[in-house]
Amino acid sequence: MDMNIPYTVEERPDTGLTNGKLGIWLFLASEVMLFGALFSTYIILRMGAPEWPHGELNVWLGMANTFILIGSSVTMVMAWASLKLGDWGKHRIYLLATFLLSAAFLVNKYFEYAAHWAHGELPDKSTFLAIYFTLTGLHGIHILGGMVVMAYFLGPGAKMYKTKPEQFTNRIEYTGLYWHFVDLVWIFLFPVLYLL
Amino acid sequence: MDKTGIHPGGEHAHIHVDSHGEHHEDLGFWRKYVFSVDHKVIGIQYTITGLLFLLFGFTLMMIMRWQLAYPGRPIPLIGMWLGQDRAPMGIMLPEFYNQLGAMHGTIMVFMGVVPLAVGGFGNFVMPLQIGAPDMAFPKLNMMSYWVYFLGGVTMLASFFQKGGAAQSGWTSYPPLAVIAPGQTMWLIGMVFLITSSLLGSVNFIVTIVQLRAKGLTWMRLPFFVWAQFVTSFLLLLAFPPLEAAGVLQLMDRLAGTSFFMPSGLVISGKPMLIAGNGNPLLWQHLFWFLAHPEVYVLILPAMGIVAEIIANNTRKPLWGYKALVYSVTFLGFMSFIVWAHHMFMTGMGTTMSAFFQTTTMIISIPSVVILTALLLSLWGASIRFTTPMLFALAFLPMFGIGGLTGLPLGLAPSDIHLHDTYYVIGHFHYVVAPGTIFALFAGVYYWFPKATGRKMNEMLGAIHFWGSFICINIVFMPMFIQGLGGMNRRMYDGGMQYAHNKELLKYNLWIGMAAWTLGLFQIPFIINFFGSIKWGKAVGINPWEATTLEWSAPSPPGHGNFLTEPIVYRGPYEYSVPGAARDFTPTFEPEKA
Amino acid sequence: MHSDQESIKKSIRSYIMIGAALFVFTGITVAVNQVHLAIPLAITVALIIATMKGSMVASVFMHLSHERQWIYGALILTVIGFAILMLVPSLTINDSIGTPIHVAAPAAAHTGH
Repeated sequence: MDMNIPYTVEERPDTGLTNGKLGIWLFLASEVMLFGALFSTYIILRMGAPEWPHGELNVWLGMANTFILIGSSVTMVMAWASLKLGDWGKHRIYLLATFLLSAAFLVNKYFEYAAHWAHGELPDKSTFLAIYFTLTGLHGIHILGGMVVMAYFLGPGAKMYKTKPEQFTNRIEYTGLYWHFVDLVWIFLFPVLYLL
Repeated sequence: MDKTGIHPGGEHAHIHVDSHGEHHEDLGFWRKYVFSVDHKVIGIQYTITGLLFLLFGFTLMMIMRWQLAYPGRPIPLIGMWLGQDRAPMGIMLPEFYNQLGAMHGTIMVFMGVVPLAVGGFGNFVMPLQIGAPDMAFPKLNMMSYWVYFLGGVTMLASFFQKGGAAQSGWTSYPPLAVIAPGQTMWLIGMVFLITSSLLGSVNFIVTIVQLRAKGLTWMRLPFFVWAQFVTSFLLLLAFPPLEAAGVLQLMDRLAGTSFFMPSGLVISGKPMLIAGNGNPLLWQHLFWFLAHPEVYVLILPAMGIVAEIIANNTRKPLWGYKALVYSVTFLGFMSFIVWAHHMFMTGMGTTMSAFFQTTTMIISIPSVVILTALLLSLWGASIRFTTPMLFALAFLPMFGIGGLTGLPLGLAPSDIHLHDTYYVIGHFHYVVAPGTIFALFAGVYYWFPKATGRKMNEMLGAIHFWGSFICINIVFMPMFIQGLGGMNRRMYDGGMQYAHNKELLKYNLWIGMAAWTLGLFQIPFIINFFGSIKWGKAVGINPWEATTLEWSAPSPPGHGNFLTEPIVYRGPYEYSVPGAARDFTPTFEPEKA
Repeated sequence: MHSDQESIKKSIRSYIMIGAALFVFTGITVAVNQVHLAIPLAITVALIIATMKGSMVASVFMHLSHERQWIYGALILTVIGFAILMLVPSLTINDSIGTPIHVAAPAAAHTGH
């Protein structure tokens, strides 16, 4: 492009921020409110239900997915740290690992959903199932979105590292922030839906 | 010397202070005018699209007012074309009336006013006022506009689906909204519109925080920028719950879930075969959690515009700049904890009613402070009655009436009688129509020379103003009388079926006449707007002799906006400084050595 | 912030350690669940553990522990908004005038007022 927007790569002295850093945090703030609305829905629906099911969800699969997602958060932050250390090879490995772990998460989710559908446990059967599918579904879409971004940085986006390494590194950092947020949501989703 | 087009580059302006010395090659028609990443082009796109949607939403209302003035009479001119589903023999069906009502509200709020106030004025003016070369994320900005456009098209297309457009009020309360036609496309359209706003708000906040020019400290920001800043935070944090709620209602409609559907629902004698245990109040909470801050999104940019124009046309600094800044910030915070004053009639107990009533009374304080500061700014002023100033001056008493009539609505005991009556319609229209929309007109007349290099015609402007001002008061003032008399909202026969409305029906005729005349008085504006692009009086950089940064850029500004790096030396309203040579000292003028 | 190699290497150590801690806490969460506490206590304990895990992710992985004022400010506003969204709707729904009429017919019973 063309327009030279200041503070894209270097930090603005008085705020100490780059544009992208502030931008991604603001976006995450809006995401907190988005998932917040669904958690609020959960609270209200649970209060209004004569009984709330237990044991309908596969706790072990949920726990496995929790380990997978935490692991992917570690590999994601390592992907960024590798770039800060100038290690392009390690960065690629860690970013690919994050991508693959996310895929594994979604595969597990698919098996979970398939099992529910096989038993006729669909969203219209109870408010519990409705909020379960909506919360995990929206979360799953966010995982997918993150994977698309990672695929971009593994693929066509990678060449920016050659010409603008600092900007590329920043972009990986912002991707990481988004990814950790997705992990954070699951850290709350898992106990709320599967355990309580 | 090409000053006749609205395009991002006049003769002189390929420049900005850029150490790379980049050469900006010609982008071609599509990248320059359609898929542009230049905030000025995007701002103009938002402005024109917003104005067109405003006109369309206004037309829907004019058709509604025919039915209310002459219930059961065939609609003139277009009646026979509307078709059997909407108006057989040209006579409006109740379902169609409801569509007009729901879509009028939706279109005016989400496709008209906010895109114009925030997308249009915010995009075009704010980067110029802070001395930025563009927004922080130009490509995201372009995406915001096109997602808005998509949402708007979806909303308009909904009129053509079977069963018609959404017809459950702009508030879309379940269970009705879940079973009524037209709602699915409304929900999808809302998801697009909300996404557009969210992307835009991130852009605005980052731009204001990060891209202020050298010397532009927070307390030197024009009030317009403060207003846009707070507005963006409201959009950022309040819209997501409605997006979530929209998805939930979509699931209730399409997947048969019962998020909002209670148990034991029986419709037309048939019990609904759903899981139940849902809560219609959940929708109301999630909806109003956004929709209340949304009304401040509607008014804050307008206050910002009025503040700029008043300072400029009084040749005096604004009174109480600090008070204005603190008030608008406090207002932003409070707007998140008042929403259930729209829900006093939902069976809420006295504890929570008292809570929301109290917060609602408190929030009126910053509004009054802002209005008072603007009024006091007129004291001892040398007023220039330019067209922008006429609209800005009218804003003050009109917003005053709107605000005062909100008080009985915010107090739970009186709201019991006034809720869902025409009083409410009168109240909020006073704030938005002769309030915000007048401010937006003022802004168009004021910044038109910056965008095009030409001034709009003052005579046409005066006709537009006086005609609109008189008619709009005749439209909305009687509604307070109707509401106090107990006439309900959203009745397609104008309230005829209720005996207590008998004496109030005559106002429907007056309101209708005034509404159609108001429509006619927009014609001078339309002619003026498009005509002045070509034939308006050509002006230079600072035709209003204003002080803020945007008036240091060429008219229209080119790629990168400023010819030299903008530097701010003083506050934004240094008018009539004692000892100065002229009656205004711009922020960008260096100190005399 | 992370401007030199040493501090990044130190951070990497903390990333690994926090990752391990998160695994452990996940195990604890599931184990506590097996104990079948009373519902209010179970909710409290689960939320406390989840909050601790979340704070670790936020402060270490997301570098929030040494972030700038602006970010903290935006997040504080968000947390307040989030808290309002969690508490106020359910408080309002539960605060009702008088007693709801309970219809005898089974289908129409608990209509979550």
